[in-house]
Amino acid sequence: MDLNYTEEELAFRDEVRAFLKSELPTSISDKVKTGKRLTKEDMDTWHAILNRRGWLAESWPVEHGGTGWNAVQQQIFDDETCAAGAPRIVPFGLKMLAPVLMKYGSQEQKDYYLPRILDGSDWWCQGYSEPGAGSDLASLKTKAVRGGDHYIVNGQKTWTTLGQYANKIFCLVRTSTEGKPQQGISFLLIDMDTPGITVRPIILLEGTHEVNEVFFDDVKVPVENLVGEENMGWTYAKYLLTHERTNIANVGANKVSLAHLKHIGRQQKVRGRPLIEDPVFSARLAQIEMELDAMATTNLRLLSSPDSVANAGPMSSMLKIKGTEIRQALNDLTRRALGPYAMPFVSEALDTGYNEEPIGPGYAAPVSQEYFNNRKITIYGGSNEIQRGIITKMMMGL
Amino acid sequence: MDFTHTEDRTMLKDMVARFIADNYPLEDRNKAAEGSDGFSRDMWARFAELGLIGALFSEEDGGFGGAGFDINVLFEELGRGLVVEPFIASALLGGSVLAQLGNDDQKALITDVVAGSTLLALAHGEPDSYYDLAHVETTAMSDGDGFVLNGRKAVVLNGDSADYLVVTARAAGGTWDEDGISAFLVPAGTGGVEIRGYPTIDGQHAAEIVLDNVRLDASALLGESGKAYPAVEMAVARANVALVSEAIGLMEVCRDMTLEYLRTRKQFGVPIGKFQALQHRMATVLTEIEQARSAAINAAGRLDLPRAEREKAISSAKALAGRIGRLVSEEAIQMHGGIAMTWEYGLAHYAKRLIMIDHQFGDVDYHTARFVEFSRQAA
Repeated sequence: MDLNYTEEELAFRDEVRAFLKSELPTSISDKVKTGKRLTKEDMDTWHAILNRRGWLAESWPVEHGGTGWNAVQQQIFDDETCAAGAPRIVPFGLKMLAPVLMKYGSQEQKDYYLPRILDGSDWWCQGYSEPGAGSDLASLKTKAVRGGDHYIVNGQKTWTTLGQYANKIFCLVRTSTEGKPQQGISFLLIDMDTPGITVRPIILLEGTHEVNEVFFDDVKVPVENLVGEENMGWTYAKYLLTHERTNIANVGANKVSLAHLKHIGRQQKVRGRPLIEDPVFSARLAQIEMELDAMATTNLRLLSSPDSVANAGPMSSMLKIKGTEIRQALNDLTRRALGPYAMPFVSEALDTGYNEEPIGPGYAAPVSQEYFNNRKITIYGGSNEIQRGIITKMMMGL
Repeated sequence: MDFTHTEDRTMLKDMVARFIADNYPLEDRNKAAEGSDGFSRDMWARFAELGLIGALFSEEDGGFGGAGFDINVLFEELGRGLVVEPFIASALLGGSVLAQLGNDDQKALITDVVAGSTLLALAHGEPDSYYDLAHVETTAMSDGDGFVLNGRKAVVLNGDSADYLVVTARAAGGTWDEDGISAFLVPAGTGGVEIRGYPTIDGQHAAEIVLDNVRLDASALLGESGKAYPAVEMAVARANVALVSEAIGLMEVCRDMTLEYLRTRKQFGVPIGKFQALQHRMATVLTEIEQARSAAINAAGRLDLPRAEREKAISSAKALAGRIGRLVSEEAIQMHGGIAMTWEYGLAHYAKRLIMIDHQFGDVDYHTARFVEFSRQAA
């Protein structure tokens, strides 16, 4: 074991830093650093910049246009991009659909879709959850009935993140009601322009449009859009859980969030002294920092371990829990650090082009809405309670 | 960065694991713990023969290891075995101070320490020092060519079986000053040294030591007068790497016993592991153990870094080991129910040691505050 970077790793870090310095537009990184909302164009721009450099698909194998980086390189890239204020890459096509296609898709599907994910031709969204199928995902009811060379899809998906920007959706649909619920699910790729699809926004608790409902009314989907075999979709969806382990704990983003909290702690004053010197605050801050430092090592241990596939299920669930709990603890302490200035909320202040004087300290505006928005992270991707069930059942062998 | 152990360390780990599995049953351990020394002299000799004491010293000091990850690997396995022999007292505490400060004559003793024939203990903490390493009230007055020591030392680990005590005493400065602390190598039978040994609740042995006009030759002084503090801090850092690593081994045993119990114990007609209330508690335990393991790795891997970074990692690991050790032992007992409360079942012996680790060289709160202090220094 060695916790120090090698010469090569330091050189790689310099290379990443130099790239970010020259290629990441400050118009975008300024927004990220000040907690402002990104436009679709911002996200597309950064996606295209990374793709030009060949650094978009950090966890893909080289043969499909990935970087082939090892765990430490991926972590360095994550740390540096987060620290520089680069936007998070929208994961649905790149990190969620692509691994399934690589493993289970037909040659035609790989050849057609993978390049389009890289060059940004397709913006994918995810059609998993339904109003009646949340944690119990296998109870989903959206139905696909085969008729000749196509399926007819009817039903409703929900919590579809950034579906308003997407031109494609990958869906879990019911193709059979025989046997266990898990056995009748198929994995379908659907064009969002197909007649019969309606997207309706859901406004979240802090007032933003991030997620949607997607309705399917007699939507015709060609059979060649089926991934793998009919009724095997649950296996493909679960494959993701155990194999997509890259950065599940969001280590880089957590580090930035901690650094930002320390910055705020130094600016905020209590009885004329910086808040960061307050014994109660500094102890809370220390507890989070110690947890984060340990989690960063857990993350690298998982990604570096040669036998990690066997451990991937419980370990990635553990990292999901820890990563989200630490993030929420950071959001909570940041909100409390602001005192009364956690309250003012002028939503437009977070949009591009807002030029009025901020209310209170400049860093205050996005803090409370981020706290509220990030209540989602212990709910989505399999709630932390679902993860706890997975961990113990796998470890008990039940 | 590299997260795999070297081949040598993997071999050490496997060898110790096998030896303990074959030769160190819990009943024998408990019998030894109840004996007059609190450990088995015979077992200590066998550990020495296997090279396990030497693994804690560097080559230049007469061993063949001594790095943070040597301590880490060895103590995980010693923890799994609930080993009571005096590795920490003799090799890491007494041994580290001697290796850092001793002259060649004094360091000659390390050969016997590595061979297991000589035992050391570090008499540093005092009745009022709590966990503060700089708090030393015991005095060392110059007396002709030599010194006279007066004071009391508290909860000295294996102080009742040591052949030599490494005693700290203040030559200059105030009670809480890091500067002004000296260290002395004191044979246990020296006049004026009164040692009262006793068992601890987790099966260790410790001693209260009174130093009443203890007269020492000049040759007893280790290193420069008044300059021993950095060596003590480093020795304690190494002991803390050992403790957090030992804690991982103990946690793994608690984990395995509890998982097995959840699988096999039936109530309401089903294995109790089917109940969500227990599944979720167990998942938290499993997740937190991985945090503690990573913190221990961070501490072991940063042992050679400059002081503030090293001590931040040490405090971070010790605070996490304390918090998580308590979680694991309390949850393991609770999920087992009544059976865990018995002496015979075994779990409780691991749980007791895990809790008491928090009382050695700083608990959760102490190390959280210390982490804050070193963060401020580093900033």
